Parts: sequence; structure tokens; C-alpha cells
Amino acid sequence: MNLSYLFDPAHWGLTTPGGFPELLFSHLGYVALALLIGTAIALPVGLYIGHTGRGSFLAINAGNAGRSLPTLGLLMLMVTLLGLGLTPVLIALTVLVIPPILTSAYAGMRSLDQRVVNAARGMGMRPWQVLTKVELPMALPVLMSGFRSAALQVVATATVAAAVGLGGLGRLLIDGLAVNDYSRVLAGAIVVAVLAVVLDLVLALVQRWIVSPGLSGRAQARTRRATT
Amino acid sequence: MITYLSNNGDTILAALRQHIVLALLPVVIGFLVALPIGYLGVRFPWFYHPLVNICGVLYSIPSLALFVFLPVILGTKILSPLNIVVALTIYTVALLARTVADGLRSVDTLVTRSATAMGYRRLRRLTDVELPVALPVILAGLRVATVANISLVSVGALIGVGGLGQLFTRGFQLFYLEPILVGIILSVLLAAVADLTIVLVQRAITPWTRFEHSDRGAA
Repeated sequence: MNLSYLFDPAHWGLTTPGGFPELLFSHLGYVALALLIGTAIALPVGLYIGHTGRGSFLAINAGNAGRSLPTLGLLMLMVTLLGLGLTPVLIALTVLVIPPILTSAYAGMRSLDQRVVNAARGMGMRPWQVLTKVELPMALPVLMSGFRSAALQVVATATVAAAVGLGGLGRLLIDGLAVNDYSRVLAGAIVVAVLAVVLDLVLALVQRWIVSPGLSGRAQARTRRATT
Repeated sequence: MITYLSNNGDTILAALRQHIVLALLPVVIGFLVALPIGYLGVRFPWFYHPLVNICGVLYSIPSLALFVFLPVILGTKILSPLNIVVALTIYTVALLARTVADGLRSVDTLVTRSATAMGYRRLRRLTDVELPVALPVILAGLRVATVANISLVSVGALIGVGGLGQLFTRGFQLFYLEPILVGIILSVLLAAVADLTIVLVQRAITPWTRFEHSDRGAA
């Protein structure tokens, strides 16, 4: 275990070309853009299918079909077709992100107690209000777990971008391997794994913050403590 | 596409064969390793949360990083297929140990208590009652692990051993679409066939789940 590359201050300069901050920044850029585009596509579709029950077959099978697409192949196909650039990477990573979000949005909507939805309707809520004020908040825990697993996958897979000559933390792996510098490879592996764990923690906090306390069981715990 | 297929049949078949071995061997080994580990997560409740967390961290290690790093730890050659097999086995265990624990935990306590009352000892109860009842959950995890492995093997091509992934790198280097397309199609087909096989096996060995479904349909 040679950690010299990881702890060499020369690789931590904010503006150093090929330094950790630069690679981390481009890596997070791929991840954020892929998650953003993927969510913008998958969330409405998943909610629509869950809300109406139409097209359930698509939502259930999207998960497995998406997992079986080899991202490396897709990326190389896109680069061969479109040339080197951000677009092919984003297409390949977005395809990876869509299935878990789509499936979990659908599963979240299906897991709702139909009586609650009917009660909301009975109180005079419009369909849009039912969706945004009742169904979506209640589907959030399931939805967030899908989003978190999508984020984990895309953080790990974005390293593949380096294989076609693009940036991101994968550069450390590919370049380190090319020059037999295992200290650099190890540094890349550690930084990516730590990034994945930190990102998951941040998303767990976000989930705590946006999921209503009435759903996560925290409100009940509080009242139970108050009464005893 | 047709001329590419006919001219390179042998290469493609060899890549496909390597792909199958590299993807499925880890599934088998990983499954056998995950069973006892998952059981420990149920037998000792304090072990469940650490187990889930460790599995999560293991699964977040990028495959490329694991592929290039294992030779350093194992002392294997960088081109040895063993690296891929060990790496994918780690992912399979990370995925399945949790599923096995979740599956066993989902068994109704009424069922386990009835089995105990009928005189089943712990081990017999596990193999004859709890495992069969947990099978649908465990096999669902096995499907995910199998499909994920089949698509992950191709990343190995970046270090020279990657089954169908070698078609990707070759096509990419030559700026030639056909090998990449053939690789993707075969990889997806292989995943679909493997997935379908597990579904059929599941239907055959857990006939009672089919019964429940038809019950619900009639009601």
C-alpha cells in the first residue's frame, strides 16, 4: 500500500492541471449533469406511470434492461458516432441513471395507501394538488432510495470516461495503469470510493430534511417520548 | 454487420465464451459465500447494520479501480482473468449477503415458530423452512447480481481481459462501429437469457408463489 501519491501536496493544488481538485470537479460535473438530466426524464415518466398505472410493464422492466447495457460499450459507441466531447459521456451516464429513478418513482407511487389518495380527493384536492401535496411527499422515501443508488452507480461508473480520453477521477486509474504507477491508481480508487460514501451521506441528510417527519417515523418517536 | 460477423466469428465466439465464464463463475462463488454471511446477519441482529454498511461501501468501489488494484493485493499478473473473477465475486457477495439477510428476515415468525413446534432444530429449520420461504427475495437479488456482472465484465477490457468488452476497445481503437454494436447486443442478449433462466428456475422450485399469484388474480 503506497499512499505517497494521495498525500503528495503537489497533487492537491487548486489549479494544478491533473490535480485532485480539478479531476474531482470534472468528475462531479459529469455526475451532477447525468443525475439532473436523468431525473428530468425519469421522474415525470415514473410518476405518470405510477399515478395512472398505465405502462407498468415498462417501469418494472426498465430496471433490468438498463442494468444489462454495458456502459463502456455505450460510451465507446457514442464517442465513435459523435466524436469526443461531453455529450457522449452524458448520454452513456444518463442511460445508466434513468432506470433506477424510473423504477423507484413508479414503486414509490404504487406503495401509497390508496385510501390516503382517496381521502385527499374527498377533501376537494385537484389532481395536481393530490400529486404534489400527497402522492409525491409520500413516495419520497422510496424515490430517494432509487436516486441514491443511481448516484452511487454513476459516481463509480463516471471513471470510465477516462478510458475514451476524457477527464474525471478515472484519469488517475487509466494514467496510473498506463505508466505502472500503482500509487496513483490506489489514490484514484480511494478518492472515488470516499466520494461515493460522502455523496451517499449527503443524500441521506437531504432525505431526512425533505421527507416529512410524519412519514419517517421521527414524529411518532418524538410524541412517544413526550407522552412517556 | 453480416460481413463483420462472418469474418470474425471465431473471435466473437471466444470473447462470448470468456464473457460467460468471467460473469457467471463469480455469481456461483459469490452466492455460496453470501449465504452464510447473510445468515450471520440474521442470527446475530447486531451484525445486520454493519453488514449493510460494509456491503454498501464495497459496492461503491469503482469496478475499474478494483480490476487494476487487485493484482497488487493478490500478487496476480495484471492480465490474469483471476482479477476479474475475484472483483466480481466481491460485488456479488456485497449485493447478495444483504439480500440473503433481508430474505431470511422477511420470513414470518409464525412460520419459524410453527417449524420449531413441529420439532425442527435450528439447522434443519433453516434449510427446510426458512431458506425456501426466503427464496423469492434471494433469487430476485441473484437476478440483479447476474445482470450487473454481465455488464461489468466488459470494463475488464480496459486492462486486457474483458470478454465482449474487447470488441468495444477494438472497435473504439479502429473507429469501427460493428464490433461495438455486436458486443453490446450480445452482452444484452446474454443478460436477458441469464435473467430469464433464473426466472424459470424460480418458477420451478417455488411453485407456491405462482399459486399465490393466481389466487390474487381470482379474487
